[in-house]
Amino acid sequence: MPIYIKGMGTISPQQSWGDGGLLSELRDHKGNRLSCLEPDYTQYISAPSLRRMSRIIKMGVTASAIALREAGMEAPDGIITGTSYGCLDDTGIFLGKMVENKEHALNPTPFIHSTHNTIGSQIALLINCQGYNQTYTQGAFSFESALLDALLELKDNPNQSILAGGVDEITANSHAIQKRFGIFRNAPASSLDLFNVPAAGTINGEGAAYFVLSGKKGSQDKVAVDSVATFYKPGHQALLNGISQFVQAAALLPGDIDLVLLGKCGDTRLDQATEAISTTLFSSNVIGSFKHLCGEYPTASAFALWLGARMIQARQIPEVVATGNVHRPLRTILIYNPYFGNYHSLILLRAC
Amino acid sequence: MKDRIHVAGIGVISAIGNSVPETWKSFASQSSGIGPITLFDSVHRDVLPVGEVKLTNKALSESLSVRPDVTRTALLGIQAAREAVATSGIDLKRWRTGLISATTVGGMDKTEDFFIDFLKNPSQGRLRNVVNHECGRSTELIADDLGITGFITTINTACSSSVNSIAFGVRLIREGMLDLVVAGGTDALSKFTLNGFNSLMILDHNPCRPFDANRNGLNLGEGAGFLVLVSDRVKSTEHLHPYGYVNGFANTNDAYHQTASSPDGRGSFGAMQKALTMSGLHPDDIDYVNLHGTGTLNNDLSEGIAIKRLYGDRYPKLSSTKAFTGHSLGASGGMEAVFSILAIHKQCVFPNLRFENSIPETGIQPQLRFEEGLEINHVMSNSFGFGGNCSSIVFSKSQP
Repeated sequence: MPIYIKGMGTISPQQSWGDGGLLSELRDHKGNRLSCLEPDYTQYISAPSLRRMSRIIKMGVTASAIALREAGMEAPDGIITGTSYGCLDDTGIFLGKMVENKEHALNPTPFIHSTHNTIGSQIALLINCQGYNQTYTQGAFSFESALLDALLELKDNPNQSILAGGVDEITANSHAIQKRFGIFRNAPASSLDLFNVPAAGTINGEGAAYFVLSGKKGSQDKVAVDSVATFYKPGHQALLNGISQFVQAAALLPGDIDLVLLGKCGDTRLDQATEAISTTLFSSNVIGSFKHLCGEYPTASAFALWLGARMIQARQIPEVVATGNVHRPLRTILIYNPYFGNYHSLILLRAC
Repeated sequence: MKDRIHVAGIGVISAIGNSVPETWKSFASQSSGIGPITLFDSVHRDVLPVGEVKLTNKALSESLSVRPDVTRTALLGIQAAREAVATSGIDLKRWRTGLISATTVGGMDKTEDFFIDFLKNPSQGRLRNVVNHECGRSTELIADDLGITGFITTINTACSSSVNSIAFGVRLIREGMLDLVVAGGTDALSKFTLNGFNSLMILDHNPCRPFDANRNGLNLGEGAGFLVLVSDRVKSTEHLHPYGYVNGFANTNDAYHQTASSPDGRGSFGAMQKALTMSGLHPDDIDYVNLHGTGTLNNDLSEGIAIKRLYGDRYPKLSSTKAFTGHSLGASGGMEAVFSILAIHKQCVFPNLRFENSIPETGIQPQLRFEEGLEINHVMSNSFGFGGNCSSIVFSKSQP
């Protein structure tokens, strides 16, 4: 059963909020850390509330407010959040103070705000939403789990509205630690050139994206999320079978998909495996990519969903996403997002 | 009517036992697991009592034959999940199997060590101590141990987490997406949570006294609890005699305060009421309520008021088992799901240790001693958490 996108709010390393056209002003980032372009939060959150919020909570709450505003809705029936790292900044602050002060005289506020469900519960608190409230934290399945939950919830209660999103931030600590694992490129000159300059390593990204979803189609709705699937350590053949079955279950042939949005990350070795999948299954499809726009992070698929939905709304594929434009209406997009080898996910979007 | 989702296996590890039979013995002998901190260094070591699992990481990793550098959260989870699968007697490979775990601290016990060196110099600290930090990593380690590929996920809604993981498992099986789900949660004690709750001044310096008028806070605990949930088809094909079935559940948000519960317990009342509605049960059908009952002034009052709103003065037998185990945060709902199933399986109820006087505002008197030979058909278990997250779940006895 498809669920319909009523509103979207996205804060990302690109200009993804506000009134401008879709990716009309591209942001090119230097170095291996992409930071979000953040709005003026006072437009969305009251000053007293803002003071207590860490950056990830501000981003999450604001993305949800933008989505609700676009949907013309004050509060949904439920809130479902996906975040792999959760509230890293507050976790780091409390941990740091605990070590420094040798467990004495600790301020509880960062501890209170350190749990992963703080984003979803702060949203609930601000809009007084006493309904379903859930937070998933499974690496690069965090957002997909949230979306799957929304699909199940709306199948049972199609008239409800669910706010579902994916949020992850980079902090100074997390970037310093992740760099040491050797997963990022060394001082790349341009994020937009990620796929033009072959190298080992990817670039670090972050973002917050929320979607107001409902099982009931409105006259203004342009995009529906059809289905979602996740595969943990599937093995090559099981993955190929899983993707084929997913496409079949949607009553589609591979050729029916107008655009495959591929979660390549720029790391040559990892991308070889990703491209092997896409050439096996989607050799004649138009293939696009998005991680040169938002960077690699566990909930990057939420950015991809925003991008896909906006492309369907705008009926065009920006050149930065895919060269070789589709010479037919853009109606069906498949997002295939692999993450460091072990995580693979699919999201199917359709015009409605 | 929708398919019944059965509980085919149970596994638990906590301060009162490393397995279901050990847990059962501790309940029957009314032996609490609360004691001093022995397994990690802390300035609170002789000040704050906790509910430790009575096994070091080394002992756990040796008995499980798992790498010793794995986090304690994962070790506890592997122990309980393996027991749940073993008691089900099912070969997971035969079915479309998923794993849904819950945790709040993840690999924090190792991250704490990492941070000491990292703070001095960001190029210091052993990476192997932080590689398992993310909550989802503990779930990966459990999945890898059980040989589960395909569907895995993790929930962190603070202290209500594992009830939500069991509920999501039920929904995925009902939807026909999976045949079998290993669902529950795991959380290890950590200095991070100990100091966090201590900074909130809600830790009792003595063994906790849930639902008592003179309660003075909670004791932190640790552990893991997992259920093996299966469809009707798995039940009949495998010729199972399930422990019971999941009858209903609900997840609501108090939307009142980041850490405090509302004075009228609106979130907890709503969760219990909705879980009963889904079960098609009347409040009076419930034979035993396993309370969230942390022992804090705020939770027990708010939960007690919600119970009174639901039941008036005629409430069923109820108790908080946290006086035995301490509060194991994201794992508590999974552990208490196993206890609830045990109450049905063994037709018994567990006592609320150290209770003396009722909270004046509610007058609720919990179960005082271990009691067997009862008729226990329906059990409700509550789990509430920071961020206003409230979840309730109802388990029922399988009809022969």
